[in-house]
Amino acid sequence: MDVILFLIFAIIAVVCAVNVVVQTHPIASAISLVGVMGSLAVLYLLLGAEFLAMAQIIVYAGAIMVLFVFVIMLLNAGAESKRGRSLVAQLLGFPLLIALLALASYFIQRYYPGTATVQFGAFKAGTAQNIGRALFTQYLLPFEVTSILILIAIVGAVVLARKEL
Amino acid sequence: MGPITTTHYIALSAALLLIGTIGVLTRRNIVIVLMSIELILNAVNINLIAFSHNLHNVNGQIFAIFVITDAVAEAAVGLGILIALFRNKETVLADEVDLLKW
Repeated sequence: MDVILFLIFAIIAVVCAVNVVVQTHPIASAISLVGVMGSLAVLYLLLGAEFLAMAQIIVYAGAIMVLFVFVIMLLNAGAESKRGRSLVAQLLGFPLLIALLALASYFIQRYYPGTATVQFGAFKAGTAQNIGRALFTQYLLPFEVTSILILIAIVGAVVLARKEL
Repeated sequence: MGPITTTHYIALSAALLLIGTIGVLTRRNIVIVLMSIELILNAVNINLIAFSHNLHNVNGQIFAIFVITDAVAEAAVGLGILIALFRNKETVLADEVDLLKW
């Protein structure tokens, strides 16, 4: 069951991620990105991170994607025209990508032989209670600094998108 | 097909990281470049949560929360910059923004 779920959602995530990159229209990319975020949330659930799965859905599919779609609508961005790429890049790009991925997989297998199997329900510390306890005791200072970061981002976004710059 | 191990999750993370990097390097539309950056940050999150599961420690998930927060802040500021850019240059294509090019 774990294997089937992992394979289904990992394949959906990778296919949607490729679709994000190859689509010419930004709206199609945005919809594909929602697919990536949704399947990653299921994978987080398989890893026992319940709170993060929900946060992934709410923050990415709910907040960031609405922001992206809103900006695409605002800018009225059409499909992007292809640029003439060099012949070397067209011929060598895909094989070199496969080679890089194979090399990365080889080194992961070699230096991190994954003997630890991932069982659904083996790790139950990802609940909101555990996350909240760690966040408000051990990681209180980073948490508060993050709120300042968010404040700076809000002010920066408002100032940048203002009419008279 | 054996059981799923942490290595499978790391391989998925590497694949998403590569796809996102290709998006950042090859696409001209700045909106899609920002989406590819989101892909890269999600690859980091998979790694953190997979190792959190592997080491039976909740700290990796805390770091994933901070990464998500950074991604939100980055997207908001990036799209704000994009709107200001569009207002001044009437373009969303990265190779047409060559004001600083000598």
